[in-house]
Amino acid sequence: MEFLGEVVAWFANPETWSGRNGIPIRLWEHVSLAAAALAVGTLIALPLGMLIGHTGRGALAVVSIANIGRAIPSLGWFGIVFVPALNLGLGLGFWPSVIALVPLAVPPIVTNTYTGLREVDRDLVEAARGMGMREWQILRRLEIPVALPVILAGIRTSAVQVVATATLAAVIAGGTLGQLILVGINIGDEVQVFGAALLVALLAIVTELSFAAIQRAATSPGLRDRGSAAELSV
Amino acid sequence: MQDASGAVVAFEHVTKRYPGSDAPAVDNLTLTVPAGEICVLVGPSGCGKTTSMKMVNRLIEPTGGRITIGGEDIMSLPAVELRRRIGYVIQQVGLFPHLTIGENTAVVPKLLRWKADRTRKRTDELLDIVGLDPARYRDRYPNELSGGERQRVGVARALAADPPVMLMDEPFGAVDPIRRDGLQNEFLRLQSRVRKTIIFVTHDVDEAIKMGDRIAILQRGGILAQYDTPAAILANPASEFVERFVGADRGLKRLSMGRVRDLDHIEPVIVRSGEDRAEIRKRLDRSDELTFALLVDDDNRPLGWIDQHDLRGDGPIDPGAATPGAPTVEPESTLRDALSAMLGSSVQLGVVVDERGRVAGLVSVDAIGERLRAPVRGVDGELHEVGEADATS
Ligand SMILES: Nc1ncnc2c1ncn2[C@@H]1O[C@H](COP(=O)(O)OP(=O)(O)O)[C@@H](O)[C@H]1O
Ligand SMILES: [Mg+2]
Repeated sequence: MEFLGEVVAWFANPETWSGRNGIPIRLWEHVSLAAAALAVGTLIALPLGMLIGHTGRGALAVVSIANIGRAIPSLGWFGIVFVPALNLGLGLGFWPSVIALVPLAVPPIVTNTYTGLREVDRDLVEAARGMGMREWQILRRLEIPVALPVILAGIRTSAVQVVATATLAAVIAGGTLGQLILVGINIGDEVQVFGAALLVALLAIVTELSFAAIQRAATSPGLRDRGSAAELSV
Repeated sequence: MQDASGAVVAFEHVTKRYPGSDAPAVDNLTLTVPAGEICVLVGPSGCGKTTSMKMVNRLIEPTGGRITIGGEDIMSLPAVELRRRIGYVIQQVGLFPHLTIGENTAVVPKLLRWKADRTRKRTDELLDIVGLDPARYRDRYPNELSGGERQRVGVARALAADPPVMLMDEPFGAVDPIRRDGLQNEFLRLQSRVRKTIIFVTHDVDEAIKMGDRIAILQRGGILAQYDTPAAILANPASEFVERFVGADRGLKRLSMGRVRDLDHIEPVIVRSGEDRAEIRKRLDRSDELTFALLVDDDNRPLGWIDQHDLRGDGPIDPGAATPGAPTVEPESTLRDALSAMLGSSVQLGVVVDERGRVAGLVSVDAIGERLRAPVRGVDGELHEVGEADATS
């Protein structure tokens, strides 16, 4: 009880909210790092997922490679990026952190995009082709809209993972809320460690809820009763 | 009725061999479908019906021979452009689930970059044509419709750009049998208005007989076993395979195809209440076919038969003497229904009545028998004797 009181006091303290180590700056670092990693990850994953999903070719290879990203522990990625980033003179901080997070962002999006497109009824695709749609028209006007709930579910999973893992960027000077935790550990301030961790958890939940809302809004009413397909692949 | 808006579709020695398979799926298929007619491809599963049909819109490329539409080789224009000129309906319907009914119907017009108001007008017109009120259905989604309603939208979508040719692969296969009959009738009425050239695939021989102006029966290996009108195939199956495929009840199937209006009618001896018996006897004697007179009411509607017994003696006829239950048939009744009604009554004559129930003539069981023995017109336009090309040959 006493501890919780201290946490509340920490949040109430104006110092917590000001300066280089204040919540606003670290939160901003966290959100912008996660957003950048998600954006880069999506830019890589979507076209890849669409290509293999539409053609049905190369799926095994791509999904396997993507899954290696999942197999390596997140902290490992930061270690892996650490050395070349220094050697290449990129320094540390934002971009190396983005690079470390992208391999985490990619797999759920590739997998869901691929699965979503593959789940589109082959009869629908055949009807589309039979009516004289070109391949890219089939992709754009049929496969993507029908698979959209599943694709967005992948982006949602990815976003939540990236937000949670961005915390680790602190170890390569990427800042973020992880920096507050790191400092807290160094100076033995358990209250700050707990408070910052709480913020990360809240941010992850807000991310989850926002993407869920986007997903609902972007799903055609004609697909609504198939929402279960989207839930499945989360 | 308008002129056929369809175009002639011709298969010339068309062959399809799938990679990795020795036996062809379609073997040297040659047949011509005249403009505005329904050609049904029928045969057991795996005999190459779908393959034959999909070669027309190039979803499958033939490995030999050529196909022409309106005299033009289908290879002479890009596949997507060809397909936009050919309506395509499949069993699973394949409506796009994320689009409304209106948007689904507008898919091809959109591909053809029609103006929005033209598309909109056409969409409403089409929904109307297939019997769906545009105001009620336009903005709904496919998952809110019944199977039959979806099937109609599928037809509307295929008709959208007014293509001369339509391909339909088991279009009513997923609809329950009761509703299927209604959809078939509706489609035939629609076809009598739009007169497209239609290639219609089914494995159901009854559906083939009902829907086809002509029927191509395929057998395993994609070999054309017979190509003729339904009547000619039923009258003269070209091989044992065809005979078995159309079924042992092909005589009854022929009866289902014929209509009472096709029969020669016999002039009845009409009697009204109060007429003189001797007078009626005289008239009945003059007829060599009839031994019964038909008693009718003041509106000419049949009341019953009067036989020789009732006519003994003199004086006015007693209406109570008539044997009630003269079976009535309509010109549109099938011969099968007519025969059934006649066999079930004491006097084996059917009274043909018009839409108000007034007597228009009589038909006999013999006339039906004669009809089945009469020559049948084939796709060549010639009359052929029944049993001419005997199956045992
Ligand atoms: N894509 C394909 N690849 C290889 N063989 C096929 C393919 N499609 C159909 N076949 C074979 O060709 C034959 C005819 O098939 P199909 O035209 O679908 O028959 P139907 O529609 O009459 O049932 C069958 O033996 C089938 O197995
Ligand atoms: Mg088939």
